[in-house]
Amino acid sequence: MKKTKQIFAHLFLMLLGLGEANAEYALNMPKGVTRISNDVYDLHMLILWICVAIGVLVFGVMFYSIYYHRKSAGHQAEQFHDNANIELLWTVIPTIILVVMAIPATKTMMQMDDVSEPDITIKITGWQWKWEYDYLDSGVHFFSSLDAESNQARQLGSGVEAADVDNYLLNVDNPLVLPVNKKIRFLLTASDVIHSWWVPEFGWKKDNVPGFINDAWVSVEKPGIYRGQCAELCGKDHGYMPIVVIAKEQAEYEQWLEEKKAQALAEASSADRQWSQAELIAKGSEVYQANCASCHMADGQGVPGTFPALAGSSVVTGPLDGEVSIVLNGRGMMPSFGAMLNASDLAAVISFTRNGLSNKVGDSVQPLIIKPLLAAMTQPEEDDDW
Amino acid sequence: MSAVTSAHDAHDDHGPKKGIMRWLTATNHKDIGTMYLVFALVMFFVGGAMALVIRAELFEPGLQFVNPQFFNSMTTMHALLMVFGFMMPAFAGFANWMIPMMIGAPDMALPRMNNMSFWLLVAGGVLLSSTLFMEGGAPAAGWTLYPPLVLQTGDSLPFAIFSVHLLGVSSIMAAINIVATIFNMRAPGMGLMKMPMFVWTWLITGFLLIAVMPVFAGAVTMLLTDRFFETSFFDAAGGGDPVLYQHIFWFFGHPEVYILILPTFGLASTIIPVFARKPLFGYHSMVYATVGIAFLSFIVWAHHMFTVGMPIAGNLFFMYSTMLVAVPTGVKVFNWIATMWKGAMTFEAPMLFTVAFVVLFTIGGFTGVMMAIAPLDAQYHDTYFIVAHFHYVLVPGAVFMIMAATYYWLPKWTGHRYDEKLAKIHFWLSVISVNVLFFPQHFLGLAGMPRRIPDYAVQFADFNMISSVGGFLFGFSQLIFLYIIITTIRGGKKATGEVWEGAKKHGLEWTLPSPAPYHTFVKPPKIK
Repeated sequence: MKKTKQIFAHLFLMLLGLGEANAEYALNMPKGVTRISNDVYDLHMLILWICVAIGVLVFGVMFYSIYYHRKSAGHQAEQFHDNANIELLWTVIPTIILVVMAIPATKTMMQMDDVSEPDITIKITGWQWKWEYDYLDSGVHFFSSLDAESNQARQLGSGVEAADVDNYLLNVDNPLVLPVNKKIRFLLTASDVIHSWWVPEFGWKKDNVPGFINDAWVSVEKPGIYRGQCAELCGKDHGYMPIVVIAKEQAEYEQWLEEKKAQALAEASSADRQWSQAELIAKGSEVYQANCASCHMADGQGVPGTFPALAGSSVVTGPLDGEVSIVLNGRGMMPSFGAMLNASDLAAVISFTRNGLSNKVGDSVQPLIIKPLLAAMTQPEEDDDW
Repeated sequence: MSAVTSAHDAHDDHGPKKGIMRWLTATNHKDIGTMYLVFALVMFFVGGAMALVIRAELFEPGLQFVNPQFFNSMTTMHALLMVFGFMMPAFAGFANWMIPMMIGAPDMALPRMNNMSFWLLVAGGVLLSSTLFMEGGAPAAGWTLYPPLVLQTGDSLPFAIFSVHLLGVSSIMAAINIVATIFNMRAPGMGLMKMPMFVWTWLITGFLLIAVMPVFAGAVTMLLTDRFFETSFFDAAGGGDPVLYQHIFWFFGHPEVYILILPTFGLASTIIPVFARKPLFGYHSMVYATVGIAFLSFIVWAHHMFTVGMPIAGNLFFMYSTMLVAVPTGVKVFNWIATMWKGAMTFEAPMLFTVAFVVLFTIGGFTGVMMAIAPLDAQYHDTYFIVAHFHYVLVPGAVFMIMAATYYWLPKWTGHRYDEKLAKIHFWLSVISVNVLFFPQHFLGLAGMPRRIPDYAVQFADFNMISSVGGFLFGFSQLIFLYIIITTIRGGKKATGEVWEGAKKHGLEWTLPSPAPYHTFVKPPKIK
């Protein structure tokens, strides 16, 4: 009831033209923070107003006729049914209007398409259901998925109010960080199905097609946080793979790059020590919830017919080698997690599945065992059947 | 009037069979038309119920009712059933019932194939619906069935594909039958350029169907072999290309949307002159515009794919060709308004729905022009803006005209007048709620809400709630439509043969008594 009142109050405000004061009620496309996005916005408004003008004119004539040429108003029907001149006129005039529209559209299209001479190149890979960012110039590389808080709140019957979560469904664990005023070229691809990378403030979206590489570019003019989402249906969690981009000044950006590099080193070295089983299982539980629970479910029960249960599964309770092989290489719909997670996380999550989710196998696997297997995966392989 | 219909009196043994066999073995175009229309009506409510599941889940942010996988099945099945189960069969129903009567023919050219095409439709519809109950659920990759995602479908994939084959065969048969009827069965004197516009638009639609349904069948067969027989048409790892599927699909898919809209145009061109009491303005240009739209439909397909990474030359070509569609479509809208101009209009239910169609379809046309602009489509693509666009052209577009045509011909079919007051209530509820339902979706799309998501960020909450309220209102308003149809079949004020004042001048069907006898025009009428 309170909500309904709110809606009517806001509708009323919008009618008064005050709606814009409230950022929550976006009625129109954002102007965005790049030159292209501004061009797109201007073009959008131009075409919109042309359409509105035509609409007012055409519907005006029609409603005039509907009002005055009624039988109940005593109007007598005339019987004309042709007029070559007027028919020619309303074929030619729309054609001219379309040409007028096409000229600026072509210009904007060509600017959008010009990916030459970039300062930085970043590869974006879409996965079910996360994004992978690869800074090709500096070697920084990470995955970006829905943040834990949204992920918890979004579950069916979670009991958490979406409004209580900051940036519900539009927040990630690891945002993409870009320097401002640099031409950044994106190479877009996907590892499983088609995704589409879209940040409205940048003025475009582009599909990530598995096996192919698309490109696009952006030069952000204003530091800030910009949010977007996957725009191409990519399976059940399509609605849960947001994009967050933080645009920073050059110096801050470089500092961030250094932090990321140091973090990667620390993670790599964690694989070189012995882990206790309790430590593995604790870490594995986190990794499981972030990477596995969306298909195999938080309790490991899976979804019958689509995603197999892990609780009591013959693979998970069977020989260790078998499970390690499937987790690393994938099978069917399951992606190759060897390409996504580091040795410590893989060892942890495998250990967790064997000792959690109501499984009690008792054994575990050390990161040191996984590490050479990962290294072998990056070597070209002769034998497809492994 | 009676001179043309009395001829069948001596053929009483040719009347309908009794009981269920009348329908199972029907070859009479009116019986088959009735079955098509009843089937379409049932599917309208089944597909509509799915839409209400979608709108219920989207009423508020957060997941309340269904899981994301089932939500995706709902969007997919809603679209497939509405397109292949409701709209196409509804138009085939009108064609079966009315085309022979409009061109002075005794029946369709191929009555037995007519029976087969209807019952294949039922088989396809039932098979498609049955996928809802299969392990892994119904297809959930969207009605476009894009690979690689669609290849992740559970057990239902081959059934869905086979149902598409059946529906395709059924439509092709119906199309061949309609084209053959129009070319061979016209009464003497009924030249092509004298045919009612509904017949013309169906003739063109028939050719579109024959041209593109096999293409769709081919595309889904390639999906089948990719999944089960280790081909790689759409798998880059085997040398294929997922985007190839999209090209093939939309080569079918774009003409397909005109398959839905051309008969709609034909209905508008049929109804407006009757209620304006004036001949149709610009008959010839209407015919040429229809042919023009049909031709353009084959060279605009990739405007559905501006974001897949086509070379710029491709994007520009498809942008220009798509913008051109506005010209013949504009001609049609202008001609309808010119037909109204200086007429003597009355506003019974068929005319009300038609006027709403002209306005709201044109709004959908405007957003169509906006999306034709390739750089703008980079923002609009796959958002609620496109959802709003195609629902504007299909719901207050095609669906409103299906309703208009139902009210227009219901007295001819049943011999009874429907309750005009109730029909007007149905109209006003529908026209208001359809805008409450779809107009806010423009704002949602522009503000950044992608389509096909079961849950959304909180800034989209209010417009989604308004849209859902409109959705439920629209859905339940259609129960009035159902009630009117049932009560009109069962009884009501007797309708005259002409039904609408002066309608005789506008179509041969109005020279027949109401209800139309089982056999009509056994001897061809005289056309002046």
